[in-house]
Amino acid sequence: MRQFTHILKKEFKDYFVSPIAYIVISIFLIVTGWFFFSTFFLYNQASMRNFFSLLPLVFSFVIPAVTMRLFSEELHVGSYEILLTLPVTFSDIIIGKFAAGVAMTAAMLLPTIAYPVCISLIGDLDWGPVIGGYVGALLLGGTFSAIGLFASSATHNQIIAFIFGAAICFTLTLLDKMLFFFPEAILNIIQYLGADSHFQNISRGIIDSRDILYFISVMFVGLYATYLSLMKKE
Amino acid sequence: MIHVENLTKYYDHFCAVDQISFDISKGEVVGLLGPNGAGKTTTLKMLTGFFQPSAGQIRIKDLSIDDHPLEIKQMIGYLPESSPFYKGMLVYDYLEYVSRIRGVSDSDRHPRLKYLAELCGLKDIMHKAIGELSKGLNQRVGLAHAMMNDPEFLVLDEPTQGLDPNQIVEIRNIIRKIGKEKTILFSTHILSEAEATCDRIIIINKGKIVADGATQELKQSAGKETLIDISLLNAEFAAVEKELSAVAGVSKIKQISRTDDGILTVKASCRSETDLREPIYQKIKAAPWVLMEFRQETRTLENIFRDLTRHVSKEN
Repeated sequence: MRQFTHILKKEFKDYFVSPIAYIVISIFLIVTGWFFFSTFFLYNQASMRNFFSLLPLVFSFVIPAVTMRLFSEELHVGSYEILLTLPVTFSDIIIGKFAAGVAMTAAMLLPTIAYPVCISLIGDLDWGPVIGGYVGALLLGGTFSAIGLFASSATHNQIIAFIFGAAICFTLTLLDKMLFFFPEAILNIIQYLGADSHFQNISRGIIDSRDILYFISVMFVGLYATYLSLMKKE
Repeated sequence: MIHVENLTKYYDHFCAVDQISFDISKGEVVGLLGPNGAGKTTTLKMLTGFFQPSAGQIRIKDLSIDDHPLEIKQMIGYLPESSPFYKGMLVYDYLEYVSRIRGVSDSDRHPRLKYLAELCGLKDIMHKAIGELSKGLNQRVGLAHAMMNDPEFLVLDEPTQGLDPNQIVEIRNIIRKIGKEKTILFSTHILSEAEATCDRIIIINKGKIVADGATQELKQSAGKETLIDISLLNAEFAAVEKELSAVAGVSKIKQISRTDDGILTVKASCRSETDLREPIYQKIKAAPWVLMEFRQETRTLENIFRDLTRHVSKEN
């Protein structure tokens, strides 16, 4: 089972060898930095809540952009054949690539730790919600990575993979804001399916097993769908 | 060492490989020959575990590919058609990555990479991105990739396709060098290549094996059948057929052409241990025809290949 670490290492390195990582990280930092700090001083509160509340929306576009190449590129170039004839199993490949996506999310979040550090210098910051927020951000990033990975495995065109992945992530993010479209009978289910409320719970510093279970199950569904979509290609 | 039984592959309703069976023993260099679309690549992809066969069995060293895919993938070095590697990676980075996945130990890694760079002539390009390489260099990276963990069995899919003549000779030399110790199965549609490098040739067409034998044997069986082209002036085909068919060993006379100035050209197929040119010449000399041309054509591997593959396509 150590095989997946080689794939993880290769994919992660690929991000930084090509310009992708730098472009994506820059865009992420500019967008989140601008939206967060443009209103930060108006609120006059030492909290990161606004930063975390816009994270799902930003992630639903940035993470599919990170994961779109993971399978599409291999399918397009044909190196997928080489990958499958190396002594690795499907789960090694999927977990390796998924972990690379999560690692990339973590690398993207890493520079933003400067925000709470700065805030704590000028105000009285409560670190509990901040730590919760970062844990939630990683869970959310993992979930969206799994979905993006599935989108990538479904097509050999990276642009389609991105649009497909972003559409799913965006829908999940907005689902609990569109509740009035749905009949009352299924309202609870729809609300549970929305990613945003689960994430906001965690980022308030409330670690609830229901929220964690939600993220882990969506992650699992995404990875399993990836597995099925790859099996179908045989 | 390799045992393939009734291997079949359907793409939807199209049968690409139809009940192929063969055995390859240790140390053999086998050429898989056939026209484009005969099922060569499909067969190789099933052997390396990339495609799931529709039916049939593949056993390598008594391990079934269904039950032990990882062990078998570890034993096989595979060079896919047109070597589709990661274009953005450096040659060194790529080979190092493969060596880790293939389980080359940390202490062996450096010497192994050095040895392969030497063998495949990669020394000067280790620092280049794979996407920048020419076709021939790319193919050499592919060979190094395939031989990374010193596998017992090498599968090469059209290793010389798209190369210039110098590169072809280079790659062939490398294959011959490796073939002294390893079992190799490679596909090609170039006959002279199979003739020059293989111990044994399997010819497939339309998904079926049409010939399978040692290169020498195939050549000899080809040599037994000879064709003689004869051009005669003042001759009628019926009379020529009657006279020449009387010679023992001549199996068939066929009219090729008849020009306006009265020259008849026929082709005589002969199957005999002895040289039939003398008795045929004597016959012609005795008849009132004028001999314009007389040429014997020995059947080469090329003829067999053409016959076998064309013949089947006519039947269908």
